[in-house]
Amino acid sequence: MTIAPDKSTTDDIVVPEGHVKLVIDGETVVAPKGELLIRTAERLGTVIPRFCDHPLLEPAGACRQCLVEVEMGGRPMPKPQASCTMTVADGMVVKTQLTSPVADKAQQGVMELLLINHPLDCPICDKGGECPLQNQAIAHGRSDSRFHEHKRTFPKPINISTQVLLDRERCVLCQRCTRFSAQIAGDPFIELLERGSQQQIGVAKEKPFQSYFSGNTIQICPVGALTSAAYRFRARPFDLVSTPSICEHCSSGCAERTDWRRGKVQRKLAGDDPQVNEEWICDKGRFAFRYATTGDRFTRPLVRDAESGELRESSWTEALQVAAAGLTAARDANGVGVLPGGRLTVEDAYAYSKFARIALHTNDIDFRARPHSAEELEFLSGTTVFTNPDNGVTFGGIESAPAALLVAFEPEEEAPIVFLRLRKAARKGTTKVFHLGQFTTPAVEKTFGTLLACVPGAEANALNALPEHASDVVDLLSKPGAVILVGERAAVIPGAFTAVARLAERTGAKVAWIPRRAGERGALAVGAVPNLLPGGRHVANATARTEVERTWGVEEGSLPATPGRDTTGILEAAAAGQLSGLVVGGVDPFDLPDPRLAEKALAAAGFVVSLELRPSGVTAYADVVLPIAPAVEKAGSYLNWEGRHRVFGTTLEGTGALPDCRVLDTLAVEMDADLFTQTPAASAADLARLGEGAPSGSSLNVAAPLVSPAGPGKAVLATWHRLIGNGSLQVDEPHLAGTARPVVAKIAETTAAQFGLTSGGFVTVSTDRGAITLPVETDDLPEGVIWLPTNSGDVTVRATLGAGHGSIVSVSGGTS
Amino acid sequence: MVDPLTPVLTKRWTEPRSWTIETYERTGGYTALPKALKAHPDQLIQQCKDSGLRGRGGAGFPTGMKWGFIPQGDGKPHYLVINADEGEPGTCKDIPTMMADPHSLIEGVIITSYAIRANFAAIYVRGEVLHCIRRLNAAVREAYAKGYLGKDILGSGFDLDVVIHAGAGAYICGEETALLDSLEGRRGQPRLKPPFPATSGLYASPTVVNNVETIASVPFIVNGGADWFREMGRDRSPGPKIYSLSGHVTRPGQYEAPMGTTLRQLLDMAGGMKDGIPLKFWTPGGSSTPLFTAEHLDVPLDFEGAAEAGSMLGTTALQIFNETVSVPWAVMKWTEFYKHESCGKCTPCREGTYWLVQILQRMVAGNGTASDIDTLLDVCDNILGRSFCALGDGAVSPITSGIKYFKDEFLALCDQNSKVLAGANA
Repeated sequence: MTIAPDKSTTDDIVVPEGHVKLVIDGETVVAPKGELLIRTAERLGTVIPRFCDHPLLEPAGACRQCLVEVEMGGRPMPKPQASCTMTVADGMVVKTQLTSPVADKAQQGVMELLLINHPLDCPICDKGGECPLQNQAIAHGRSDSRFHEHKRTFPKPINISTQVLLDRERCVLCQRCTRFSAQIAGDPFIELLERGSQQQIGVAKEKPFQSYFSGNTIQICPVGALTSAAYRFRARPFDLVSTPSICEHCSSGCAERTDWRRGKVQRKLAGDDPQVNEEWICDKGRFAFRYATTGDRFTRPLVRDAESGELRESSWTEALQVAAAGLTAARDANGVGVLPGGRLTVEDAYAYSKFARIALHTNDIDFRARPHSAEELEFLSGTTVFTNPDNGVTFGGIESAPAALLVAFEPEEEAPIVFLRLRKAARKGTTKVFHLGQFTTPAVEKTFGTLLACVPGAEANALNALPEHASDVVDLLSKPGAVILVGERAAVIPGAFTAVARLAERTGAKVAWIPRRAGERGALAVGAVPNLLPGGRHVANATARTEVERTWGVEEGSLPATPGRDTTGILEAAAAGQLSGLVVGGVDPFDLPDPRLAEKALAAAGFVVSLELRPSGVTAYADVVLPIAPAVEKAGSYLNWEGRHRVFGTTLEGTGALPDCRVLDTLAVEMDADLFTQTPAASAADLARLGEGAPSGSSLNVAAPLVSPAGPGKAVLATWHRLIGNGSLQVDEPHLAGTARPVVAKIAETTAAQFGLTSGGFVTVSTDRGAITLPVETDDLPEGVIWLPTNSGDVTVRATLGAGHGSIVSVSGGTS
Repeated sequence: MVDPLTPVLTKRWTEPRSWTIETYERTGGYTALPKALKAHPDQLIQQCKDSGLRGRGGAGFPTGMKWGFIPQGDGKPHYLVINADEGEPGTCKDIPTMMADPHSLIEGVIITSYAIRANFAAIYVRGEVLHCIRRLNAAVREAYAKGYLGKDILGSGFDLDVVIHAGAGAYICGEETALLDSLEGRRGQPRLKPPFPATSGLYASPTVVNNVETIASVPFIVNGGADWFREMGRDRSPGPKIYSLSGHVTRPGQYEAPMGTTLRQLLDMAGGMKDGIPLKFWTPGGSSTPLFTAEHLDVPLDFEGAAEAGSMLGTTALQIFNETVSVPWAVMKWTEFYKHESCGKCTPCREGTYWLVQILQRMVAGNGTASDIDTLLDVCDNILGRSFCALGDGAVSPITSGIKYFKDEFLALCDQNSKVLAGANA
């Protein structure tokens, strides 16, 4: 990859193995074998115009814009060659448009042809101002057109999904979108139709572009043919300010670019980060940002009026004083529990962690606003918290892994960018993917994977039985570089983490825990859990406590020494009157394992402080509501599932919204404690002073229970979240919601027959709490199992059924 | 002048019920196959190389060399695909061959498959020719019944299955890689090369794609030998060839003659120009080959001869036009065909043909200007050699050659006062 700067020394250039030497525009250049000419030229500083070429897509050679002259072995090739499809060769002599009149004319000719049918609607086109066609037409095209005939027209535009619109007459048919969908996403919903000048991109009838990655096609479209309903006609690129950012949704930590104008985010684009998301993001990351601008967002603190019992707006001073007084009283009574939620930045989570310890004197803090277990915490605090990109699994590691075993993890739904890497690896044929789950999901097919199906709850048994029943999987996992990816659902499967740890020990495979939410990994690292202080230090470890006490400048022996309660423990204690107060961050009670318990706890707790963006299930019980800033209005960082630090600055400055760390810092001052987290930067600096603790080891030993049949009229529930569903960060984005997958129950054909269900009919799933009726489809689930999306549309498994993955539910035929 | 001909490829065409296996066997059919199966496959490839047989689909690639490119012992299945998607304007040699003598193709398919170690062959036939597809299917059934196809053919241990596949009506599927995509059930558009079909063809396996007439010649080479084959035609383009004469000739049709025969000789065979109206222009090998004029009557019609005279042999589809035909009008009609059939994959062909048609239609309607001719030529220059496959090159041939030889007719169209179509007089 060396570029020779000095022509006089060209003969002396040493060509490393696997490289070739060639001449481009008179300059000698060494390039790795297999490199495409267009890239070599680019490294040399010569940009050859192109449309169909994209570095992450397979070459197409369709647009013919990148033609150059090529000489091989002293003989010029008779025709100009497409530099996006031709690879470098030793002794090749290439002339680009800079030195070849033939190449220059060819490029101008193709450009003129591309423009004959392109509408001159740049002034109203979303792409105008950032349009490769516009830019390259100016750089490599004629100043006027000789085309005096009739342009081909199409009716404008057509919806190919609720989110994506297609202006066919703008399309230059480069096929980037169709190739992205077929190659990268594995969602070939869009395809070329018709031929010749009538050729167009299209979708099949009744089969819209329902891809979780559809937004990427808009971004890579080199013209304005694909636009989003969310952004269409909203802004001109030259009026926007672009700020690099990190996605706040899942735990992948994708690099993004947030474009905003006059204090309002207009759109998000994928950033280019080869180590993490390459150049792709999912549609949730791209389109779900309007939650921050809903009309009901809290802008002022609220305090519950003693007389009316209603929340009323107050000053910050009053709210903080009331909160401090209430929390101090509650702390000094039976204590206060802290539920910070899983969506915080590292800096904010650290403030919660420190607030709990030095302001509330408690270890009753747990970020897990979802089903969880002691076994999970043992695994996370003993193993996961100490992994990082240097010693653990990474995106790159997935790509080079000989095998990946996915345990209770739905990559496409829970961490879409992990899914894209798995697919990329599997497509190369070097990675074999195994899914331990319940049925052949689209992700299983698109990663060319093998489903290891089991009854929900029996995953641990299945893992333990792998050596006996699937020794090939164990053999593959024993190869260097193999990985095991564990999802959040593992927390509800007794013995799952124990079995994973055993399998990893046996095979040497590296384990990564991939939670769904952006803040979970960071919250773990900063000790927003009952048993850890920041840096993975165990609370019961006196040395570790002393380290933290000294760094924090608090009295020695002041930190609580016994592990606190976990989320359910906190809620049970509050419900039973054993806790007097709760500090609740961005937690939706209906995401908790038992929403009824959560509501009972919130009602029973004497004093509730809610730090929230907008009204939630907590608000009705809150004594004080403190508004906090959404991700775009603050700086901070996320720790992604790899343990990679993903730092971002403030996108929208000066909105007046305060990050959680600032609010907690001020609140702590009112309670005579100093957090030193006035700003995210201060919080990060304070955290950095602590460094990392020493691993204390884990003692995982949870037996895998035998799963007994569900009994007559019953089935075992399998359930997980869909990427696009009822998540609170997806509000106010109907176009995105329209691309959600259909809400259906899934069941094996034989089981359906036993219950008298037919595919396409309706099923009623019920518990003693409630019932859900929805359409049913048959699929390859194990017998006696029914699958529901956890929180999609009318199906709210936790809120309605109080059930979760592995619960026993009643099943019967239903009517709509 | 004209040598008395001994027809080879067309010798059975006049037999009653020539398409049946009985007729075929009675007239010496399926006698090459047992000989071939006794030989080593490599010997057959060598014999084909020695014969000098060149592809009859238009490009004239040496057939034996193509077979030799198939990697042997690679552990992958090999495929033979017959390109019978005959759709070039003027070209009408393969469909008559398959109609009149389908078994010569099938015998050739079996021998070729054996030579390249393929156990599956597909014949991709143009979908519009239903009758021909039925004939082929019937012939394949007959061959299976007689043990020429299927398992252990003639006790040789060689297995071969043949499938007749009907195309869906796209000219582009005559391009071999588009044909392969179409055969795989995909959208018929040309593939990026390399990899070439010889290493990564049908289902990414080594594949030979040959024209009907090429493979129908194979049994005759096996029976007659390479030297016999070389007795016909010229040194670098040996063998017999079916010339398809259409247009203003007295007796249009298929004329089999040795490679290198001239139009003057062929016209003699066909009874001369129709009604004695003099020849004005003609295509040597279909509409994709640059036009010839009366000056080219003595050009030897083989690969070298046509190329030296500035055109291509193509598919030896001689479309013959007399002086009543306006060149710009004919060129417009051809261009309309290319615009209609452009697959749309690459910019120059898709957009260029769309543009060229409109200019030509406007000129023929009497609304042209002299600058249109420059634009036509420049657009052609921007298509030729810039498009993804050869369709773009073919599309501009009639225009550039038409203007080259008959520029005055194009200029005459620009005379706004003229009420007649230039060139359509005489």
